[in-house]
Formats: sequence, C-alpha cells, structure tokens
Amino acid sequence: MALLEVRDLTVVFQRRGEQPFTAVDGVSFDVEPGQTVGLVGESGCGKSVTSLAIMGLLPKRGATVTGSVKFEDTDLLRLSGNQMRDRRGRDLGMVFQDPLSSLNPVITIGVQVAEVLERHQGMSRKKALTEAAGLLDKVGIPDPNRRISEYPHQLSGGMRQRALIAMALACKPRLLIADEPTTALDVTIQAQILSLLKGLVQDTGTALIMITHDLGVVAGLCDEVNVLYGGRVVERAERHELFAEPRHPYTHGLLASIPRLDAPRGERLMPITGSVSDNIPWDSACAFAPRCPNALDVCREVTPEQEWRGSRLLRCHNPVQPAAAETEEASV
Amino acid sequence: MLRYTVRRLLQMVVVLLVLSLLVFAWLRALPGGPVSALLGERATPESRHDLIVQLGLDQPIFVQYLKFLGRALTGNFGTSNGVQPGTTAMDLFLTRFPATIELSVFAIIIAVVFGIPLGYMAAKRRGGWFDNATVIGSLVGIAVPVFFLAFLLKYIFAVKLGVLPSDSRQSVTDATRVTGFFVLDGIITQEWDAAWDAFRHLILPAIALGTIPFAVVFRITRAAVLDVLDEDYVRTAESKGLTAQLIRRRHVLRNAMLPVVTTIGLQTGALLAGAVLTENVFAFPGVGQALALGFERRDYPVLQLLIMMAAMVYVVVNLLVDLSYALIDPRIRTR
Repeated sequence: MALLEVRDLTVVFQRRGEQPFTAVDGVSFDVEPGQTVGLVGESGCGKSVTSLAIMGLLPKRGATVTGSVKFEDTDLLRLSGNQMRDRRGRDLGMVFQDPLSSLNPVITIGVQVAEVLERHQGMSRKKALTEAAGLLDKVGIPDPNRRISEYPHQLSGGMRQRALIAMALACKPRLLIADEPTTALDVTIQAQILSLLKGLVQDTGTALIMITHDLGVVAGLCDEVNVLYGGRVVERAERHELFAEPRHPYTHGLLASIPRLDAPRGERLMPITGSVSDNIPWDSACAFAPRCPNALDVCREVTPEQEWRGSRLLRCHNPVQPAAAETEEASV
Repeated sequence: MLRYTVRRLLQMVVVLLVLSLLVFAWLRALPGGPVSALLGERATPESRHDLIVQLGLDQPIFVQYLKFLGRALTGNFGTSNGVQPGTTAMDLFLTRFPATIELSVFAIIIAVVFGIPLGYMAAKRRGGWFDNATVIGSLVGIAVPVFFLAFLLKYIFAVKLGVLPSDSRQSVTDATRVTGFFVLDGIITQEWDAAWDAFRHLILPAIALGTIPFAVVFRITRAAVLDVLDEDYVRTAESKGLTAQLIRRRHVLRNAMLPVVTTIGLQTGALLAGAVLTENVFAFPGVGQALALGFERRDYPVLQLLIMMAAMVYVVVNLLVDLSYALIDPRIRTR
C-alpha cells in the first residue's frame, strides 16, 4: 500500500479583485514507502505549490485546496491545524530551496535542530542539544559540538543545507519533501548534498519527493518521475523509461534542451520556445500546445486526457513516437 | 564590545563639548535676558548694571564661556536665578530629574505594553477590521498634538469625572523619600497609599506622553511582523510542526524586535520634548516644566545644564539601544 496517495489535488489562489488562478489542477500520484519520486517542471508549473499543499503550509486565506492527500489512510487535508502541526516535523519533513533565508538568523543552529526534538519527542533542551550534535555529525558537518552554538551566518551554504536536512530528518519522518534543495548551491556542493540525501533516505527507508527543474538531479536520484506542466501531470514514468524514451513533447523538449558534450561541433541548442506565462488554461485545449512542435489542430480544441501507455501515464494527443524521432524530423 | 562602548562614550564627551558651546552662544543671542526678566522693564540703569556685574554678564562672551566650562568640569553649573532662585542648577536638576524619568518610564511602558501586542495582532489579521481600526487609531494618535490630548484627558478624567488627580506628583505629604521615584519609594518603604497615590498622579500624564510613542511602536511592530511573517525561516519553523506560540515568540517576534528597539530609543529622545508640554499641563514638577520656566525667565545656568543633560540622556539611550541590538542580533555581535 502506498505511503502517500495524492488524488485530484487542486489549489486555487484567489486574491481580492483578481481572477482566481489554478496553480495545481487535479494532480494525482503515489509514493511508496522508501521510494523516491520526482516532480519536475519549469518554474510556475505548480510543483512547489503541490509540496506546500501536502505539508499544509499554504496560507489559510486566499488558497483553496481540494482533492485528497492520504498519508497512511489519514487524509491530511481533513486534519485540523493543530493535528497537522503534530504531523509536520514528525511524519513529514521538508527541506527548502535557499538554506540561508530558510534558517532563522538570530537563533543558534543547535536550537533550531533541537526545537524539533523538544516538540515531537518531549526531550529536554539539554538532551535535545546532544542529540542535535549527533544529527549534525550524521549529515556530515564537522565539529558539530562547536557548530551547535553557532549562527547560520557563520556556516557555509553547503553546511546550512546540511543543517536544514538534519532538522527535517531529526524525528525520522517517513516522508521527506525536498523542494529544489540544491538550486542555491555551487555545483560541487550540489553533488555532495544529493548523495547525502540519497544515502540518508536509503539508510532510514524514508520516502522522498524530490522537486526540481533539473533533470540531472532526477536522473541520479528518482525511482519515478512526474513531469508537470501548467499545474497538471503530463507524463509519468519510471526513471530509465523516461530518459530512454520521452513521449510527451514537453519532456522530450526538456531533455533535448540540455547541452550535450558528445554532440557534433556547431550543433545548435534546442530550447523550448516561449515561456510558461504564455500558457492557456487546460479548459478547452492542451496548455502546452502554443509551445509544442507536435501540435495538431485537435490540441488547440480538445483537452487531452490522462491515459496509460503501458506502464507510463501520458497526457497528449500526439506524443513523440518511440524511436521515430529521427524519421519524423526527416519527413518535415 | 567594550572598546565599542568606550569609543561611543568618548564621542559623547565631544558631543557635549560642542553642544555646550552652541547652547551657551545661542542662549545669549536670544532677545531679552535675565536682567529684564528679573528686574522688569522699569528698573533703573544702576540696578541693572549691578545685576549685570553680579551675574558676570559684563565680561566678553568667550571669557564667560571658559569660566562656565571651568566650573562645569567641577560639577558647578551655577545657581538658578529664575526657576528656583538660590538653588544650584545641579540640585534643581537632581530633584526634578527623577520625576521626569518616572513619567517617561511609564509612558514607554504604556507604548511597549500596548504597541507591540497590538502591532503583532494587526499584522496577523492584515486587512481585517481589527487591522484597519488600529491603523487608523494609531494615525490619530500620531496626529493629535500632545498638549491638546493632555488638556482633553485632564478635562475629562480630572475635572469632569474627578476620578484622577489633575496636577503634581503626589497628594500624600508625609511620604518618605528614598530614591526620588515616588512610586518606587512607596514600594520600598511599604507605604502603599503613597505609592498608589503617586501612581494615580502618573496615569494621565503618562497616557498623554505615551500616545505618540505607542502609535509609532505599534506601526513599526506591525510593519516588522508583516515582513518577518513572509520570511522563509518562518515557513521552515512551520514545517517543523512547532506550536504557534513558539513560532510567534522565537521566530517572529525576536526578529521583528530589531527595528522596534531602534524606534523605542528614538522615541525616548523625543519624549523629552513631549515632557515639556505634558509636565506643564499637569503641573508636574519635572525637568520639562523647569525647562519651560527657565526660558520664560532666562535662567541661563538652569537652561545650560538641562539642555546638556537632555543631550546626554539621548546619547546614552541610543548607546543602550545599539548595545541591545547586539544582544538580539548575533550577526552584529560576532562581526
């Protein structure tokens, strides 16, 4: 049975005097215990909002969340604010994008780790601080006994992200959500953080939802990948399957837009034209149609439904044909 | 930190020196003077001349200044010749200063005790009726002139309703004096009726004096909390499942206090100006009242001392503010 079942999750933002904006539109996916699931897409595709909705961290006013988020048979969306507080940090942990701004500048690292343990495991401050030093050691922070009495500005970017990971994993949650955890870091540090995350979730059997725009991260980490566009899942597949044969033109474009070292000299990069802001709603068309190289007339008139193609879920009228990409190019 | 404090205190000495020169020159440039104030318009030239010599006003101004400076270094700021003739300016200051401090402390307590919680609540309910009502209320608080508010409070609560005293610091006459802070004295000596009486005398002036600082603290707190609520680290704290109370105390208020503490320091300085008006309306025997009287009667020794002391209080308060900043924000402490 799945650890987390997200069904028809929809988030609508409504600001006074403005049109309602659907950021997440009927997203469904499962996370098995210990599994790593990727949510991939450009900024604005709804991936971060999805994670905040699962965590119950969206503002109470102005955001309407519907659908269901079943965590071990409890619908998290039906829990009261205080019940959800008991869950966060204990059953569900989260790591954010910018480690500097995500840490409180005026409180020591030690207290920021210890407060989770005090809250959920009833530890005393002293015991929690000892435990915090152990956690910092586990995430690879050298000299943890000194670090617990330091402040965020005294740590390097990579150290800060390690400290945030230690906080999120302090109470051994069964699900960890990492929202672009490496985007704000140097490339060399990125790899360290990713391998740390991978090691930690494997050791503890924690399920991981990895939110990223970086397909390199997905390739190294995820068992299953959901590609989001305009608030909907447009393709879902097992990692190898997705990389070997991207079927949705958007996924195909994402992969093709990565510069390749083995490409012949002078070959041009293949960007996806346009931007997410050009998109049209899903009501009576495919939202990706204006940017899609494969778009047919039907794409601009009928909303594509989610369909199973073997073990893969696809939302497209005219998917890229497997192993036919080159012949297609030749015929155009 | 110690070096920093010492440096700031040395700077204060320079500030006081420059200020003493300015005040000295400026007071003597004012039309009128102590002689006319003391003897009236119809005094004979002879008596005028005698007084001028007696007060040392016949000498060149830089000689007067150097003499003043020399005496001031030994703590002698001269004798009052208008506010309380015969008393030394220093004694006058020392008996009146506790009254003003007591009044200012109560005013700041009112500003902080109401301003910070209300500012926090308004920020949490941003755009709601509570937020709108308190923001408008604080605008009124800033806009109403202090002396008008003081008269209004006195008229309603002291004159019409008669529930609170209208003037002076205390009606009990046989109270024991220890520190010069009457409420504190009453508590120390366990003369509860004297303490309560002194407290009742403080209520109206403290409200009048505390209204502007309250409104300012309220607005700054509200703005600071709104800023902090949007910070990523508050979201991180939420993601850890911390209780709402802990998030408010440890993660929101502690960060939001940085600008508020600065404001409190600046407001304490401005309080001295407000005290001149408030103390006069309530006949409250503090330095504010002495300052107004001193100007009226051209009491140079008193004015010189009071103005310099006001500047010193301002500098010291702002030094304390800067030091408390370092206590709150480790980024300043460890730099």
